[in-house]
Amino acid sequence: MPEDADLDLPLIAARALAYSRGDETIFGPLDFAVRPGETLVLEGANGAGKTTLIRVLAGLMPPSAGTIEWRGEPIDTLEPDPGRIAMLGHQLGLKADLTPRENLRFRIALGGIRGGITAAAALKSVGLEGYEDTTVRTLSAGQRKRTALAALLMTPTWVWLLDEPYANLDREGQVLVDRMLEAHALRGGATILTSHGLVHPSIARVATRALGVPA
Amino acid sequence: MKAGSTASAFVAVLRRDLVVFWRHRSDALNPLVFALIVVTMFPLSLGPESQRLAPIAGGVTFVTVVLASLLSLDALFRSDAEDGSLDLLVTSGQPLALIAAARLLAHWLGTGLPLTLAGPLFATLLGLPYAAAATLAGALALGTPLLSLIGGACAALTVGLRRSGILLALLVLPLTLPVLIFGAGAVEAAASGATVQVPLLFLAAGLALALPLAPLACAAAIRLNVS
Repeated sequence: MPEDADLDLPLIAARALAYSRGDETIFGPLDFAVRPGETLVLEGANGAGKTTLIRVLAGLMPPSAGTIEWRGEPIDTLEPDPGRIAMLGHQLGLKADLTPRENLRFRIALGGIRGGITAAAALKSVGLEGYEDTTVRTLSAGQRKRTALAALLMTPTWVWLLDEPYANLDREGQVLVDRMLEAHALRGGATILTSHGLVHPSIARVATRALGVPA
Repeated sequence: MKAGSTASAFVAVLRRDLVVFWRHRSDALNPLVFALIVVTMFPLSLGPESQRLAPIAGGVTFVTVVLASLLSLDALFRSDAEDGSLDLLVTSGQPLALIAAARLLAHWLGTGLPLTLAGPLFATLLGLPYAAAATLAGALALGTPLLSLIGGACAALTVGLRRSGILLALLVLPLTLPVLIFGAGAVEAAASGATVQVPLLFLAAGLALALPLAPLACAAAIRLNVS
């Protein structure tokens, strides 16, 4: 992350952002802005469009209306940059035939790595010490999630987009996610996440945003 | 090579695919075994006389290679789509066409290259003269990358479908006809003593065209399919 973070300028913002499939509105229009150090929790019932919103923000799906702004500029006018957004979805993006260490090495080559951390340290801090060289196929769902969290921990990106980061994790793992969110916010990063559970109150500057199921 | 740079992403995708390929190397033999079985069917059905088999040996081998290269196409982008790797690659901010090119190169190394090496051997089993077998090797060396490129673009188009098996074959096979025509044509020309340059040059021209275009087509198709 560069050092020139302007704390007042939103890292990422939605302006009248909406997505519809055919005639059916999935979400929106939505307006929100997330500044450095802020965490935005998207709430809503099943089918409210939380996952779709995360995918639209990640640039996987083009919005039907409105714009996504990156530091005040429409994101689709900017050059692609691996340092902007990291997404963690329901599918973790891990290769089952590779080990956690190999998966992490692949992520580093693809997106770079934050200063002051190594793949081994990231795996240790998510509690996967001793599992570095077992293939992901043989890990439990929670351990796979932890591998994906270790990959997220290393990314040098400003904004984390997390879809149900607490899913499949034991209590200890959920605390781990809270600690990661807190540290990311302290580094000046921002997070947008969906969750059915509660985000730990110790994380500073958490805002929630309810998505209604469209009628 | 800086981590996170485009070059490093290209090498990483290539290496990842080759490692996954190596962990499943017994599956990787399947196209070769398939090709061998199909080639064996011809002497069994037409009789073992070499004057009957030799004239068709080049063409039979080429058809077999085209069919064998179809087998592994469906999994080319599907495995990445199913485990979320495709989303990761699209959101990585790296040029998707280059990522697709690395994927296609790995596919060719895993499928096309073994078939290129084994093809002339299969054809000589059917009685193809050695001189023509050398031309067949050249035609396969130009033709199999073309098959991976054309097939890869089609596989990217069908990656969003739950089951694409026969549809993918129907999409790919007509597009591979020019490869078959010029490849088998070159072998035919070599066997009859005519010049082999023209059909080989047509294959080379096709490869030169597909090399930059197929990865771009893959990237566009992948973007459509993740949304």
